Amino acid sequence: MSKMHVKLTVNGKEVEGLAEPRTLLIHFLREDLKITGPHIGCETSHCGACTVDIDGKSVKSCTTFVAQVNGADITTVEGLVNDDGSLGVLQEMFREHHGLQCGFCTPGMITRAHRLLQENPNPTEEEIRFGMAGNLCRCTGYQNIVKAISASADMLNAQAPSSSEAVGQTEVEAAE
Amino acid sequence: MIPAGFEYHRPGDIASAIGILQEHGDEARVIAGGHSLIPMMKLRMAEMGHLVDLQAIEELKGIEIGPDTVTLGAMVTQHELITHDGLSAAIPLMREAALQIADPQVRYVGTVGGNVANGDPGNDMPGLMQCLNATFELSGPDGNRSVAARDFYEAAYFTAREDEEILTRISIRVPGSGVGQAYEKQKRKIGDYATAAAAVMVGNGTASVAMTNLADTPIWSGEASNALAGGDVDGCVSAMLDAIEPVEDNRGPVEFKKHVASVMLRRAITRAQSRAG
Repeated sequence: MSKMHVKLTVNGKEVEGLAEPRTLLIHFLREDLKITGPHIGCETSHCGACTVDIDGKSVKSCTTFVAQVNGADITTVEGLVNDDGSLGVLQEMFREHHGLQCGFCTPGMITRAHRLLQENPNPTEEEIRFGMAGNLCRCTGYQNIVKAISASADMLNAQAPSSSEAVGQTEVEAAE
Repeated sequence: MIPAGFEYHRPGDIASAIGILQEHGDEARVIAGGHSLIPMMKLRMAEMGHLVDLQAIEELKGIEIGPDTVTLGAMVTQHELITHDGLSAAIPLMREAALQIADPQVRYVGTVGGNVANGDPGNDMPGLMQCLNATFELSGPDGNRSVAARDFYEAAYFTAREDEEILTRISIRVPGSGVGQAYEKQKRKIGDYATAAAAVMVGNGTASVAMTNLADTPIWSGEASNALAGGDVDGCVSAMLDAIEPVEDNRGPVEFKKHVASVMLRRAITRAQSRAG
């Protein structure tokens, strides 16, 4: 089969490559683009370790052909760091609340939690558990993952007013 | 887990998609969300030379809420069904059932058209559509036609849709305001298909009852529906248990499945009745 030209935006950068249409997105990300945050867990769309954000939706990249997402805007766990490269709020809270042990499921957990909090900034514990139901963890259990997401929501909400001020200040500084 | 190779097509309208299907015959298949088809392709249980992606076809999108009728584009995702306020108000049963399908990631891409057209007896939407007496619109080389959901399913993965036809829209009459609706599903874990699931509408002297994954097609029973319309819950359950044909598999033996079917149906009836009137 002939290869097709693929153009994507991944973590804010435009990338291009050649791929057979049957190439799964997870393989394209990991093997062609060397973006190895998204993991291959079950490879059968059950575990969620390969979850990435595609055009504002959490999607399992092991069950997506790269051809289907040609032209899409994709965010992986690598794209959820702060602008200065330090850990983003979810990443920091997973660390602080021991939301990971072996860490294998963590990229999918964090990427999914990112979208969950975008859609529901004040989730109840039940809403977090329901919203994270497509991600499996085989070592810590889920308690600390739920805590980490809940703490992230609190922190993001507390930051919200001051961070918009901060953005305003940055803009003023940039303008000056 | 690498599928066999194929050529990829992304047509921009229904006519072009049908043209590709005509050109390549049974070498071509359409893909919607792909979360049933891609796993089968990875297992090499499905292979095709041409994959026709429907994502760019605007005619297949959108939810329209009319005073009497709701129409859903085939490419409407489960996530859209869940988050559409107008739909939740018009037919609350849709949201209640969609929330019990698969998991969040799958619901972002899984479509209502793919769910009903695939003919998988485990899928939730076919039984739901039979309960709602929905109509499926099909487009093919010879034009358009409509098929009632209750006439669409022939056997597992065999439906009234011809190979060169595409299921484009689903029309549902809005149930009257006095009609209570409920969907009850027993599953082993999140993301699982139903061990048994029941869709029930009851009120205004009418009723409709359908069940999922208890035969090689969804089961809508006129006898069970009539019994419930007359207020006879035991008669409804008994008629439905006669209509289903579960087989033993990793979800349990036949006797267990009939037991679960009965429990799900009674729960759905109780909840639908509590919402009626």
